[in-house]
Amino acid sequence: MSDHKIPGSEALIRSLIAEGVDTVFGYPGGSIINVYDRLYDYQDRLRHILTRHEQGAIHAAQGFARATGRTGVVFATSGPGATNLVTGIGDALMDSTPLVVITGQVASSVLGTDAFQEIDMVDIANPITKWALQVRRAADIPSAVARAFFIANSGRPGPVLLDIAKDAQQGLMEWSHEKCDYIRTYCDRPALDYHALSQAAGIINSAVRPLILSGHGVMISGAEPQLRELAEKAEIPVASTLLGLSTLPSSHPLFRGMLGMHGNIAPNVSTNRADVIIAIGMRFDDRVTGRLDGYAPHARIIHIDIDASEFNKNVPVHCTIHGDAREVLTALLPLVHPARHPEWLASFDRLDAIEKTEVIDRQTHPASGPILMGEVVDQVSTATSDDAILVTDVGQNQMLAARYFRFSSPRSIITSGGLGTMGFSLPAAIGAKIGCPGRQVCAFAGDGGIQMTVQELGTIMAYDIPVKIIVLNNSFLGNVRQWQELFFNARYSQTPMTNPDFVTLASAYGIPGEHITDRADLPEAITRMVKSPTAYLLEVDIHKTDNIFPMMPLGAAVDELMLNATDRLDLSSL
Amino acid sequence: MQERKLFTVTIFSENTVGILNLIAIVYTRRCINIESISASACSIPGVHKVTVTSWSDRPSMIKVVNAIEKIIYVVKAFLYTDDEIVYQEIALYKVPTVRLVDEPELEKIIRRHNARILEITHDYTVLEKTGHNDETEALFEELKAYDITQFVRSGRVCITKDPVEHVTNYLAERDRLRSIQLSGDPSHSPHPFFSEETKENTNL
Ligand SMILES: Cc1ncc(C[n+]2csc(CCOP(=O)(O)OP(=O)(O)O)c2C)c(N)n1
Repeated sequence: MSDHKIPGSEALIRSLIAEGVDTVFGYPGGSIINVYDRLYDYQDRLRHILTRHEQGAIHAAQGFARATGRTGVVFATSGPGATNLVTGIGDALMDSTPLVVITGQVASSVLGTDAFQEIDMVDIANPITKWALQVRRAADIPSAVARAFFIANSGRPGPVLLDIAKDAQQGLMEWSHEKCDYIRTYCDRPALDYHALSQAAGIINSAVRPLILSGHGVMISGAEPQLRELAEKAEIPVASTLLGLSTLPSSHPLFRGMLGMHGNIAPNVSTNRADVIIAIGMRFDDRVTGRLDGYAPHARIIHIDIDASEFNKNVPVHCTIHGDAREVLTALLPLVHPARHPEWLASFDRLDAIEKTEVIDRQTHPASGPILMGEVVDQVSTATSDDAILVTDVGQNQMLAARYFRFSSPRSIITSGGLGTMGFSLPAAIGAKIGCPGRQVCAFAGDGGIQMTVQELGTIMAYDIPVKIIVLNNSFLGNVRQWQELFFNARYSQTPMTNPDFVTLASAYGIPGEHITDRADLPEAITRMVKSPTAYLLEVDIHKTDNIFPMMPLGAAVDELMLNATDRLDLSSL
Repeated sequence: MQERKLFTVTIFSENTVGILNLIAIVYTRRCINIESISASACSIPGVHKVTVTSWSDRPSMIKVVNAIEKIIYVVKAFLYTDDEIVYQEIALYKVPTVRLVDEPELEKIIRRHNARILEITHDYTVLEKTGHNDETEALFEELKAYDITQFVRSGRVCITKDPVEHVTNYLAERDRLRSIQLSGDPSHSPHPFFSEETKENTNL
């Protein structure tokens, strides 16, 4: 080896470091062994977290990216290593999460021959990545890495795949790294359209019943201060999507709750009463809009998004502003006149009061009966001073955690929104804690979802990662069971679960925990968990057949809500 | 119900191997059948033009075009109906030479359709006709009576009637802004997406 030439595998490591990477989540194998070999010499600069499954690695990288805003990096070998990443790649695309996923690939000379562990990963990844590239020459590695980081974490962030052939890892090259901030065919920062801005300001200034819908884009662009300023200046109530939670503190008087199927009553119903809707960094997902022909009939809608393909995709809008949410709001703010909307806000209070008595109090402070998910979430939120990072799995636990956890700082919710991936929470919490070691990280999971990636308890053990795991055990695949109860005559087909003792399972990994079956024991158990300096698993036996309400059933409009299994919300007097 | 029509989408992109696949994914995912597709270099150096036709409705096609524009390599994509473009296809036909010799009517058909003879051998004759789909189809219908053995039609190519060259202008503007950003010198030209060497060796 000549002095200044290094193998592509080492060039990859150096380029990652040059891009500011200090943590990688991954799992080795034959087609990426060269990279792991070089990594051995760089461990002081590049920390590698060996998860117990590639899916765990990629969800951890997602958790890391979402907690920090930095690009998550994943290593996996070719074939099964790569295909084990698919769920996470798809999840990251749906939830706009910046990832650079690096997979090994067989040598380019044997590509297309069904070589051992060869899989056409680029074509598998094409529909679920922002960009996917196969690298076949060592010399291309630095520029491929530079482009990957630029693409992953600019514009609307997303996952990028680099599939690096074995010979590219082995080939020698002279390394130098230049960051990329320009690709002529890719516009990461659209120029502001001042005509659209003034049109939007005109609409906002004439609004009587304005409503802001705050989405994940607000968080991604760091537009929380501008969101708050806009809301306060024109006294506009803010509703958030699931992924937009924590863009405005839960305690802020203008924060009026979550949208969607299991969101709060006031923001859902008020969507159909608003005369102006300002949608920021959100994509009118079907779980948010319900039946489209019954959505926001009275509103002129302003849609602010960095991704122009979201405009008019599901909901026709009146004014589109293409751009980064923070830039757009900063430019919009001076054009918006101060305003007050006391009557409009009072209408939210009336709806909130109904939700409180009909739904919330029953869920968070039940007088008797088995423990409910809502009260556990509520108590954990209080015990962590409403300032933890909430990571959820998917199912009832997700919706109830999102409903009853409270947030005081941004980037405090990490949940699989678009894809709804069970098994997301445990590895994502690991990544979030590694990214934000100073913050408390609480993962809520159902007894079903936790078992989809439960092997990651091994990662927690190996790296001593102090995450708090709350298993809400209802001995059912609860969310599916709820639908079976409500819409399929309670025929519980394949939803009852026979479960292990989760606390014993955790103890096998050296993780302390306790199993709560009695409401009276809950508060102290939560205190012990929160105070514990180590990871902790709290298993709570939950009412087996409790349901999440309110609910906007499939096919219903945002103001056609079920309050419980039998009653619909009656809006005639409201 | 939205009106279904034949739409033409033209896509300007970097010349990369994977691009057709990326474009096709956008159509297949939405269950839109591609009627014809053609790809070749265009007048802008380094830029390829792909022309795709499909039957669909306008709202669906707008979403298709938006999704195609999201592909990193794509410069721009445009949606047209037939009245907005000048378009053409080419068709080839193979007929047994004996029929041509035996039947004077066949010669008249060839003349009437403005077709050309590309090759004559003892066994077969190859005809060529350019035109719109219905025109090349019409010749095919007539040749059926003469034992036509092969018929093939290319994808559509088209040129816009719009006097503005959007892509050229867009790229020039992108490059100009970038040059100013980099050096303050508008004559400085930034690097193309891939070096020629990389392009050859990398399966994009
Ligand atoms: C990987 C995956 N498989 C299946 C589903 C469908 N699904 C959605 S919610 C749910 C039930 C979840 O049960 P559990 O994890 O026990 O949580 P609970 O709803 O009881 O809180 C299922 C099976 C999914 N979202 N993800």
